[in-house]
Amino acid sequence: MYQEIILDHYRNPHGRGLRDPFEAEVHHVNPTCGDEVTLRVHLDGDRLADVSYEGMGCSISQASVSAMRDLVVGRTVPEALETGEHFMTLMQSRGDPSVAEKLEDELEDAVAFAGVSKYPARIKCALMSWMALKDASARALSVTDPTTPTGGHQ
Amino acid sequence: MTQTVSRPAVGARTPLPLDVEAIRADFPILSRTVRDGKRLVYLDSGATSQKPRSVLDAERDFYETCNAAPHRGAHQLAEEATARYEAARATIAAFIGAQPAEVVFTRNSTEAINLVAYALSNAATAKEPAFRRYAVGQGDEIVVTEMEHHANLVPWQQLCERTGATLRWLGLTDDGRLDLSDLSTVVNERTKLVAVTQQSNILGTINPLDQIVARAHEVGALVLVDGAQSVPHQPVDVTALDADFLVFSGHKMLGPTGVGVLWGRYEVLDALPPFLTGGSMIEVVRMEGSTFMPPPQRFEAGVPMTAQVIGLAAAVEYLQRLGMEKVQAHEEALTGYALAKLAEIPGVTVIGPPDTVARGGAVSFTVEGIHPHDVGQVLDDLGVEVRVGHHCAWPVVRRYGVPATTRATFYVHTGYDDVDALADAVRKAQEFFGVVPSSEGVG
Repeated sequence: MYQEIILDHYRNPHGRGLRDPFEAEVHHVNPTCGDEVTLRVHLDGDRLADVSYEGMGCSISQASVSAMRDLVVGRTVPEALETGEHFMTLMQSRGDPSVAEKLEDELEDAVAFAGVSKYPARIKCALMSWMALKDASARALSVTDPTTPTGGHQ
Repeated sequence: MTQTVSRPAVGARTPLPLDVEAIRADFPILSRTVRDGKRLVYLDSGATSQKPRSVLDAERDFYETCNAAPHRGAHQLAEEATARYEAARATIAAFIGAQPAEVVFTRNSTEAINLVAYALSNAATAKEPAFRRYAVGQGDEIVVTEMEHHANLVPWQQLCERTGATLRWLGLTDDGRLDLSDLSTVVNERTKLVAVTQQSNILGTINPLDQIVARAHEVGALVLVDGAQSVPHQPVDVTALDADFLVFSGHKMLGPTGVGVLWGRYEVLDALPPFLTGGSMIEVVRMEGSTFMPPPQRFEAGVPMTAQVIGLAAAVEYLQRLGMEKVQAHEEALTGYALAKLAEIPGVTVIGPPDTVARGGAVSFTVEGIHPHDVGQVLDDLGVEVRVGHHCAWPVVRRYGVPATTRATFYVHTGYDDVDALADAVRKAQEFFGVVPSSEGVG
């Protein structure tokens, strides 16, 4: 399950730290085990100009947010959410290698999380950051005054 | 309780009080393997215990020979089912030195605590004056501790929100004990109830309940003891305890899931209004209103979990055959050995009392540089099944400044080989994640 790519993202997370400006900030937790992520999105139109984050938790949860950021920054929100759907498919693959193979181009480093799908208890750890992104993007798009941050949501 | 006078040298493998090999043969699940043929090293009895064959047989036998709804119907099966159900109540009551009429069956400890919490708020609006004696309202205080499982914290928070009462709590010391320095101010004339665990599910601490009970009774407060982690692991006698309520769960003491116990002092139970209402708990029902049975029936609405109660009685009999003093001494030996083995590993820190004095067999620890989930994952791949996370005691892990811990818990089938497997697996996790501190043990 612990691919070297995952451990790399865990030890050296990409784009970590909370940055301004942002249109929405969310805080998601995994209540069964206490993994946490605070995530901000900054939109340029409907494009994700930046995704910044802080978090604590296991290697899977923290590496997942790092790999996700690489994938989604620069894409439009609908494109990013579609990628999230692919990641969800990977998490539901129960370790079926053919699913990972098909999604390899789309998911880049995130395809390394395929092994997590064999461990139902850990899937939530990997999905937490994607849930936070979906939530934050929806909030950012609905903010009428783009300078007003939202947040505090679980 | 009585056999803890001479303590073995730390880390020594003194002969264990229980015959682990013989006991393992009684647990069918222990013969299976996990994760590609590895021996199952089950160190999560604190979450739920495994079941010996005699418990499984007792449940099956009930369904095969006399299944019927107890306390209703006049046919032979109903008579037999009622007799078996009430005999089980007597067995379980005797196990904690109680009268059968003081033993109420619930789904688990959580439901037993909620039963008391709701009875106390229902008391304020009870039609019968006799049921208002323990009513909780504005100006009253409920006391808990920072060590409680969520099951013995959240229901009291909710009771306070419903009634306007105030929640207060006793804090913790750095070495995992209750801080009783402000006991006499936290528990005061306004206190209506003190809810406290006998044995911490995360720290392993055994609390000095006599002091707390004495202070609570001095100011006329009730005491509820959470015995979910004590009744399975040490002798508990309600007369010696002198509390007003004791709760515990069947599934943590070799019994089935779906059955727990609320023990209450009879005169207190008798003055409480019901929590759940419906069939079995009524005396007379008219369209305009109803009256209720005396305890324990008043608190057992609906057809009960008969087979599970009978299974729990079989679990009690199994524990009685082993002897609870021996069970406690067995776990104490394992705990001392585990604390010593973990202390040998650099980077491992035990959260909780560092020795076996007034301590049960829940051993929580952190491994420097590795999140507990990742520790648990590596352990699981080696067949070592532990609990990781906040163990339903989030304020405790927050108090000790860690996001979560890895917890090993022991029971009657645990041997030194299981503890060795744990220590070896922790070292393997350190190797895997490349965090082998060069310093001496931190714990």
